[in-house]
Amino acid sequence: MFEAIAFYLFAFLTTLMFFITVTTSQALHALTALAAGMIFISAFFFILGADFLGAIQIVVYSGAVMALYAFGMMFFDTTREVKEKQGNQYIIAGLSVVAAVLVVIIFAAPMVTDNITALYPMTEGVGNTQDVGMVLFTKYLVPFEVAAIMLLVAMIAGIVLAGKKMDDSLTAMNESEIEESNARRLS
Amino acid sequence: MMEIGLNHYLVLSTILFSIGLIGVMKRKNLLLLFFATEIMLNSVNIAFAAISHYYGDLTGQMFAFFVIAIAASEVAVGLGLLILWHKRHSSIDLDKMSTMKG
Amino acid sequence: MEIYLYLALFSPFVGSMFAALFGASPRTMIAGIVPSLLLFVSFVSSTILLQHILAGGEVVHVEMMTWMETGNLYIPFGFVVDQISVTMMMVVTLVSTIVHVYAIGYMDHDKAFNRFFAWLSAFVFSMMILVMSDNFAGLFIGWEGVGLCSWALIGFWYHKESATWAANEAFIMNRIADLGMLIGIFLVFWNTGTLQYDGAFAAMQGLDIETLTWIGIFLFIGAMGKSAQFPLHTWLADAMEGPTPVSALIHAATMVTAGVYLVVRSNELYALIPNVGLFIASLGAFVAIFAATMALVNRDIKRVIAYSTLSQLGYMFAAAGLGAYWVALFHLMAHAFFKALLFLGGGNVMHAMSNELDPFKMGALGKTMKGTMIMMTLASVALAGIFPLAGFFSKDLILEVAFIDAHYIIYTVLLLTAGLTAFYSFRIIALIFHGEDRHTALGFHPHEAYKFMLVAMSPLLILAIIAGFMFKMPYFEMVTQLLPATEYHVHSATTYWIMTIGTQLFVMLAIFFAYKKYMAPGIKVPDGTSAMENSFKYKLLINQYYIPYFYEEYLVKPYRELSTVLWKQVDMKVVDATVDGIANMLVSTGENTRTMQSGNLSTMLKWMVTGLVALLSLAVVFGLAVKYLDEIKTCLSSLGV
Repeated sequence: MFEAIAFYLFAFLTTLMFFITVTTSQALHALTALAAGMIFISAFFFILGADFLGAIQIVVYSGAVMALYAFGMMFFDTTREVKEKQGNQYIIAGLSVVAAVLVVIIFAAPMVTDNITALYPMTEGVGNTQDVGMVLFTKYLVPFEVAAIMLLVAMIAGIVLAGKKMDDSLTAMNESEIEESNARRLS
Repeated sequence: MMEIGLNHYLVLSTILFSIGLIGVMKRKNLLLLFFATEIMLNSVNIAFAAISHYYGDLTGQMFAFFVIAIAASEVAVGLGLLILWHKRHSSIDLDKMSTMKG
Repeated sequence: MEIYLYLALFSPFVGSMFAALFGASPRTMIAGIVPSLLLFVSFVSSTILLQHILAGGEVVHVEMMTWMETGNLYIPFGFVVDQISVTMMMVVTLVSTIVHVYAIGYMDHDKAFNRFFAWLSAFVFSMMILVMSDNFAGLFIGWEGVGLCSWALIGFWYHKESATWAANEAFIMNRIADLGMLIGIFLVFWNTGTLQYDGAFAAMQGLDIETLTWIGIFLFIGAMGKSAQFPLHTWLADAMEGPTPVSALIHAATMVTAGVYLVVRSNELYALIPNVGLFIASLGAFVAIFAATMALVNRDIKRVIAYSTLSQLGYMFAAAGLGAYWVALFHLMAHAFFKALLFLGGGNVMHAMSNELDPFKMGALGKTMKGTMIMMTLASVALAGIFPLAGFFSKDLILEVAFIDAHYIIYTVLLLTAGLTAFYSFRIIALIFHGEDRHTALGFHPHEAYKFMLVAMSPLLILAIIAGFMFKMPYFEMVTQLLPATEYHVHSATTYWIMTIGTQLFVMLAIFFAYKKYMAPGIKVPDGTSAMENSFKYKLLINQYYIPYFYEEYLVKPYRELSTVLWKQVDMKVVDATVDGIANMLVSTGENTRTMQSGNLSTMLKWMVTGLVALLSLAVVFGLAVKYLDEIKTCLSSLGV
């Protein structure tokens, strides 16, 4: 009973938040709604017993990703209205729904036919975090390390892309000055 | 109705995915486009976690972890590119990005 | 001996290639002389081979190289010089050497002199392959080669509409017949497993009559086309559009006798199926009289001689069909000599008269062209079969064969044809060389041909005179080592003498009648007003029994209409439209979809999602199809698919 109430509540809240995110014209509202939605999603993880995943969700999304977006937004003129010129709304909505349904069908089809077996069954009597740790550091060790390297690469890329010429204001320069500074840098 | 099963989660995941996809197609602001992709990634995570729970298999959760890692990297790189673009063109409007017009 | 074989075979080829080198350059005398010399080499080699065979030497059989070898099909480039092929080689090389030399003079003023010799020598080479090959495949190559050269030479003056038309007619008619021949060859291979003559004929002894009959019929269809037998005869008269040396060489002496050669070569096959042989003989007799009647009224020297050729080919087939293969081959040889001579003489007249061919416009040419007159008269005497010239020995023999084998209808027809032959031959002789001078009034100033042309013709003249009594016995002894040695003797001497003298008297009467009728004063150029010209018989004959008209109306026109319909309806509306439609579809797809490539990321994203949906739908559909494959199959089978 409690589970059902929690599910419907959070489902409603998540949908609402995300809906606001994709419909609002204010970037700041969208950011806030997105952050809220992320946190509500973590609630599902807790309901499903994936405590560790829930924690990660909050830490990574609401902490890191949202903070990144927030910082990123500071570079942009968010107050300026980007004109949201629309095509046919129904086509967009229809396409999205069909695509989503198809994806889910493809995912769900093997489960409906019950022809999957648990590859790494949950261990009884241990907490979720411990369980996750055991699988992650045994069977998924290599993907885990690769993911770590990927994050490192992404971090360096982010710094290089966004961080260089922080002293020059590229927005204040015109095209020819940018070309000139590029040429200077390359030489 | 009161018994929450896998299907409930899958339906929720579908709805969220659709919302994300609508956002992707609808948004002209590049930053908000990124938000929409985050929504799609998260909807998939819900499905993974739910499947993992109902089948007693940790693989789903593992995938969700990796999805989160990918999302984080994507945000880092994507935001870097976005900032660079903004510095060049002082705009993050998708309609203005038509240098690929053939 | 092999070296002579190769010399005989490849000299014409080298000559052809040599002349072809000068194909694009202006007239060069050397392009005519070198092929003629090389042909003479070929002739000398053939003579040496003939000596070898006559002296009782071994049959020369060489295998130059393997042509194809796949599975159990083995076809070599093999050549054989035996009694039959050496006869043919002699005829071919002798006549073609003479014709080459003659043509140097005849084609003297022609722009395409060099090209002429290239083709003419190529023809001789093809003909040599045809007669020397030791298998059906090689025979077929030569067969097609002579067809090709014949096409090029009939249409030699390609700027003339009628020449190209005649060339195409000859080519197409021959292809129709060649299809039959090809089927025959396939049947031979299918049933005997080999195309080598000796192997194939040996294996045929064990085959059933029905198969052999079909093989015989199909091979004979090929022979009918090449030798212009009814109903494929119309091309031969039209082929006279070509230069006269071509008519003499190809359409009198050599190529058209290839059909006879094929039947003689396949004698072992036809000996097994006497019914087909009888059919061949009957058709030959029919063609003999059929062509002779057409020759009676024709007003074109060359066409008269062409019909005469047709008629004589009928004789040869009659003999071959009755099993007298050596008689057929003998008549082939004798006929080649006097007919080539006749044609070359006709060429002289034609040259003298500035390409005028109507004998009614000539008359009294004998005063200016004595040499030509003597040659043509003697050739006609030989053709008519007067003792002791060549025609007497060969043609009377055919009559005897028909008589002895008790085919009296064939005999009567052939006898009648002999009379007709004499009549039409001397009709043109009388019209051309004797009677009143009609040509001066028309503005012609005839002159005799070059001396060397007459000299070149003289060997043919001599052969036309002596070939009969000189060669008959040695030839018989030689060739019957290979062919059935049936001697034909009328049982009682009285009958024999009555027959021979009767025939001679009949023929002489016909000659006398021709002279009397056409040397009479007051012959006018026919203008279509006399009662004779308006009679039904005359019209029937001058229009070649309306057969070309029939072909034109009932075969060519419907075919053309059908082709037009197929072109307009099927080709344009279905085939072309399909091809164009595919191209247009691609173009319009590109035109319409290029708007997609607006460069706008948002639009691209939308298209991306559309594509994703499409692909996912396909994945779902196929997934379901695979999953429920068995159900779908049972469902479909219950529907009867």
